[in-house]
Amino acid sequence: MALDDRFHNRDFKVVGNRVTRPDGIDKVTGRARFGADMTAPGMLIAKVLRSPHAHARINGIDTSKAEALPGVKAVVTYADFASAHAPDDDNLVNCMAKDKALYDGHAVAAVAAISTAVARKALKLIEVDYEVLPHVTDVDEAMKPDAPVLHEDAQDESVPAGTPKNVVRRYEFGHGDVDAGFAQADKVIERSFRTEAAHQGYIEPHACLASYGSDGRADLWCCTQGQYAVRAMCAGMLGMQASDLRVTASEIGGGFGGKTTVFIEPVALALSRKAGKPVKLVMERSEVFRASGPTASTSIDCKIGMTKDGRITAGRAELRYQGGAFPGSPVEFGAMSGFAPYDLENVQAIGWDVVTNRPKQAAYRAPGAPMAAYAVESVIDELCQELGLDPLEVRIRNCAHEGTLSPYGVTYPKIGLEETLKAVQSHPNWTAPLGPNQGRGVACGFWFNFGGNTCVSLNIDEDGTVSLSTGNPDIGGSRASMSQMCAEELGIPYDRVRCSIADTSLLGYNDVTDGSRVTFAVGLATIKAAQDAIKKMCGRAAAIWGIPEDAVEWEDGCAKPAGPNAGEHPPMSLAEIAAVSSQTGGPIAGHYECNADGAGVSFATHLVDVEIDPETGFTKVLRYLVAQDAGKAVNPDYVEGQFQGGAVQGIGWSLNEEYIYGEDGRLQNAGFLDYRIPVASDLPMIDTVIVEVPNPGHPYGVRGVGETSIVPPLAAISNAVSHAIGKRMTQIPMSPPRIVEALEG
Amino acid sequence: MSKKPVQFRLNGAERAVFVEGGQNLLDTIRRGLGDTSPKWGCGQGTCGACTVLIDGQPHLACLTLAEAVEGREISTNAGLGANGLHPLQQAFMDHFAAQCGFCTSGMLMAAKALLDRNPNPTRDEVIEAISGNICRCTGYEPIIDAILDAAKRRAA
Repeated sequence: MALDDRFHNRDFKVVGNRVTRPDGIDKVTGRARFGADMTAPGMLIAKVLRSPHAHARINGIDTSKAEALPGVKAVVTYADFASAHAPDDDNLVNCMAKDKALYDGHAVAAVAAISTAVARKALKLIEVDYEVLPHVTDVDEAMKPDAPVLHEDAQDESVPAGTPKNVVRRYEFGHGDVDAGFAQADKVIERSFRTEAAHQGYIEPHACLASYGSDGRADLWCCTQGQYAVRAMCAGMLGMQASDLRVTASEIGGGFGGKTTVFIEPVALALSRKAGKPVKLVMERSEVFRASGPTASTSIDCKIGMTKDGRITAGRAELRYQGGAFPGSPVEFGAMSGFAPYDLENVQAIGWDVVTNRPKQAAYRAPGAPMAAYAVESVIDELCQELGLDPLEVRIRNCAHEGTLSPYGVTYPKIGLEETLKAVQSHPNWTAPLGPNQGRGVACGFWFNFGGNTCVSLNIDEDGTVSLSTGNPDIGGSRASMSQMCAEELGIPYDRVRCSIADTSLLGYNDVTDGSRVTFAVGLATIKAAQDAIKKMCGRAAAIWGIPEDAVEWEDGCAKPAGPNAGEHPPMSLAEIAAVSSQTGGPIAGHYECNADGAGVSFATHLVDVEIDPETGFTKVLRYLVAQDAGKAVNPDYVEGQFQGGAVQGIGWSLNEEYIYGEDGRLQNAGFLDYRIPVASDLPMIDTVIVEVPNPGHPYGVRGVGETSIVPPLAAISNAVSHAIGKRMTQIPMSPPRIVEALEG
Repeated sequence: MSKKPVQFRLNGAERAVFVEGGQNLLDTIRRGLGDTSPKWGCGQGTCGACTVLIDGQPHLACLTLAEAVEGREISTNAGLGANGLHPLQQAFMDHFAAQCGFCTSGMLMAAKALLDRNPNPTRDEVIEAISGNICRCTGYEPIIDAILDAAKRRAA
């Protein structure tokens, strides 16, 4: 998409301000309506029966006793879904088991009843005839020839013949000759790493309210990152036309990628269809852990060569990610992104997608990238240590710039990685003195950022305000940033714009709120929709003045005659044009739709100091600095919020958070007590530096900012811990027992 | 299933409801009385999103039996700003302390309990007071700043 120079590097009036968010009052007063806050008359409560086995054939399900229980209005199993009779849909089989339960917590049936108590009682009356099968939950174990097989036919042609069946996809990226590159190195280090699965940990459990009408049309209210994707998936599973299902996104209590798919929504719809009443379904916390989508666990080998003066001669990584019981782990993103911060002549990354008896993974903030960055940045750090080199200088020497061929095949346009490295270098944290048992770590991170399908409408209301409709749930303040960009383009104050999130009946298909795409893509569409409205308003002014349309220009929120030949007419403001719109052709609206391209990639550098208690292995994070390229920070408060939030999730993952499976294949820590998310007393102040190297693909230079911030922490903290204890750590999380073990080993 | 009547005050108003044996206060407030400001985040007393005040003291509504609040005074975030925004709510707005907003009502009630017993808390005291409340979005910094700012404004 060509850059519109009119807007690049201009003086902004609204964009860049720390405005108050339009949804702020509702959120601080408790009035905001989240997924579980909606009710309907005659509403039933649904509960899901879940497999206690990690792997079991389902020989039969007898629901008759449950159906006979007074107060039970519907029971559904896999047979109640339309696509049960079509080719397998992994998302459906994940929402409701078909012939096998594939993980502990896999849904096998669901009940709708007049109360929670009756629904729970009914679950106990459902008889499932399970034939327990051997299971595997570890990625390396699942790749062995004698491992229990989940699916006979899930492997595709990318995988070499004869590879064990749980290995379902293979990916390869890179260029050059890595062996020749290693031959040029003065030092080559190869290490193996493991990262355990973390959960997104949104505080709001999945929740929805489905209401299926007797006319075959349905309404669905749910907490989701993408109402259009929910509509598409549910309509397919229920055999509905998309337009017969209207999905409204509630306020969303955190998602971080985990609410980009469906788990309970099609189940609630199927129950509502069968019962003929509205059905509410809310996951319990243990269900969120056992049966929504955590991230992948991984096993990675990484080999890097470096010269004495710090030039990286070659890098190679082999990445194995298990994404749960179905194909689709984010190993492709991992293989693409691990070496992405560097300008390398010789690079190769091979990714293996592996299935195990775990819940189907869902996206988690920069899916797949933190683990790959962990391996690459750890080996670079160890090379610097061995060669006596400054880890920041080495990164500055090797970092990617405009024109660098990335490992995944694109040539970068203008990027801001070196600027983030230099921001860290000049920050006081870089030179703060360290005490005993303390260590410092640095790491870089990369995320692609997405564009995608986007559709935006705005109405110029008669009172001179603007109603902006976008189709993406507001997960980090996007109603404010869209309003800012809209106001900027129209030349009106911020508080004259109201942004609403449309339901699926009101706008064309909008891709999910993911890939850090919204501020970029929806922002771009908002700017273009405003330009569309401006054109129409200039036309109305031209008609009023009796001059040609192209003799009118828009400036500072007003239509003005363009030059002396256009005649003498006083400027007409947006409000003045809107007030007389019914006499000049009717309502005025702007619209834009696109499949947005040109999302600028984004880089960050993180710096962290830690202190280890050698007795207990406890890690205290002393200081933390995030420097990241935002392109243009539309609202610096929200940008800092994304930087800090991502870093904190990374800290939790690095030090504590992990899925722990027992020998029986059951999840042992399905609650916040045993899956420990950082609380206020666990964290230091997260310092931030917003770097702004404008994205040439956006009229205001915006890049996505939401995800890159979780990419460097695993490596940065591991590097810091390794320096503090004098041992190289190779497993995430570095929980106290693992650090004690490293100290004693 | 037999039900028992329970009477208490919710945000200053007399309320009477019938509750089932074992029913928790959170369900009673949210479903029975329609105040959805306290949130159900875990049902295990581990996230703090359901924090309410009972006679001024912070409690986890998901772990409190509804029958146990007979005759007591319950305060939720919905009652906090009855006359315009409460200073804490305003400070949360000003500091962008609510990102997704799901933990916010619980955070605000934990903060209110702190400021009611300690009008000038130190930073560490604020951190301690909210360490039973999980926020997954912000990293806590804006929340801590907001509570300290609200205390300062109240003192001024």
